[in-house]
Amino acid sequence: MNKTRIRVLVGKPGLDGHDRGAKVIARMLRDAGMEVIYSGLHQTPEQIVEAAIQEDVDLIGVSVLSGAHMTIFPRIKELLKEQNAEDILLMGGGTIPEEDIVSLIEAGHAEALFTPGATSTEIVSWIKSKLESSKEDVV
Amino acid sequence: MSKEVLDQWIARSFEQDRRATAKLISWVEDDIERAHIMRSVLKKTGQKMVVGITGPPGAGKSSLVEALTKLYRARDERVGIVAVDPSSPYTGGAILGDRIRMQAHGTDRDVFIRSMGTRGHLGGVTRSTSDVLRILEGGGYGRLLLETVGVGQSELEIMQMADTVVVVLNPGTGDGIQAIKAGIMEVADVFVVNKADLPGADRMKNDIEMMLNLNGDTRPWRPPVVLTSVITETGVESLYEKIEAHQCYMLESGQRDERRKERLRQEVWRHWEDKMRALYEIVWEEAREERVILHQDDPYQLAQMLWEERFKGG
Repeated sequence: MNKTRIRVLVGKPGLDGHDRGAKVIARMLRDAGMEVIYSGLHQTPEQIVEAAIQEDVDLIGVSVLSGAHMTIFPRIKELLKEQNAEDILLMGGGTIPEEDIVSLIEAGHAEALFTPGATSTEIVSWIKSKLESSKEDVV
Repeated sequence: MSKEVLDQWIARSFEQDRRATAKLISWVEDDIERAHIMRSVLKKTGQKMVVGITGPPGAGKSSLVEALTKLYRARDERVGIVAVDPSSPYTGGAILGDRIRMQAHGTDRDVFIRSMGTRGHLGGVTRSTSDVLRILEGGGYGRLLLETVGVGQSELEIMQMADTVVVVLNPGTGDGIQAIKAGIMEVADVFVVNKADLPGADRMKNDIEMMLNLNGDTRPWRPPVVLTSVITETGVESLYEKIEAHQCYMLESGQRDERRKERLRQEVWRHWEDKMRALYEIVWEEAREERVILHQDDPYQLAQMLWEERFKGG
């Protein structure tokens, strides 16, 4: 009877108010059978990390369209580390230039970054490949 | 995970480590070592009262939870919140959005908010809700708030989990007949007419009061009807006082213990139901494999036959 559900926090950090993308992602993950905690707009990295810990999510997904990605991703990772919660994965989406994606991923500031045009299959299968093996280990 | 490691997590939760508390909740929800965890937790908890907030979708439950939390925090009390939203019957997925209305406490470490999906459980809560509330109590949160899914007229399981049931309604959502119907209107210890800045709030209050008048004077607790508006920030202080008054009443009258006895019975039954369900899933699969069910289209006869096979040795 024990069925471990993937739990994801979808948040929207910073001041831009365009949350259509975040809502589409939330809905997509819901339809893939995940529990999605939607935290709403204008979140600080501190709020996102605190929510991720309380909700015990496996993954944080943030949408950044403001251009602040080089600040926001490293900050979230730093806070996760401070809380001994480095096992929580970080994924992002938005308008992020290719060279920034490379440098964020290489520096370990995010596990995956998706840009406009990414398909739901792509995103969902990335999450499942990352998480389903580790979830089974727990049980 | 070994029992030693698990016991360390439990000890950390009792020392108010938020990460440990969050992990225990996940394991109990996922049925991993649930009985072991809960035996430790229940030994240490059960003193604190649970306030349950229920009502239809969009009535303002989350906003009221946040407003109450602000009052508790002003009195320096630590608050544990469980907020339930529905899971999809098709995929099991869920969007849990109650945190959106609780932003004010987003970085306050003395407020622990946990969102839960119903995972197929009907009744407005989940099958592990009462356990999760006790884990929060063990983690040092003395004020416990439970917000149900948006309910219709008959999701009443909250009455088994909360010491005080607050039913939240809005103006303009029904006439006097709605107020005298059975179900959700009967389980309230406190009524709230929220969004009282909208027209029709007094009318709604009158309808509820009239319904309560029909109860006569025989009941020792008459549920108060509180008008609130989160937008104009009115009435929440009064709601807080009514909840306090009800909790005093529950303690002094012995009603709290009565309700808890009933809750114990219900929980034991729930565990039995889970066990029976698991057992019968096997029976059903076996019957399917042996193609027994192919030759049957009478559900009464099929149920009786499989039952007898199991309990009378066939």
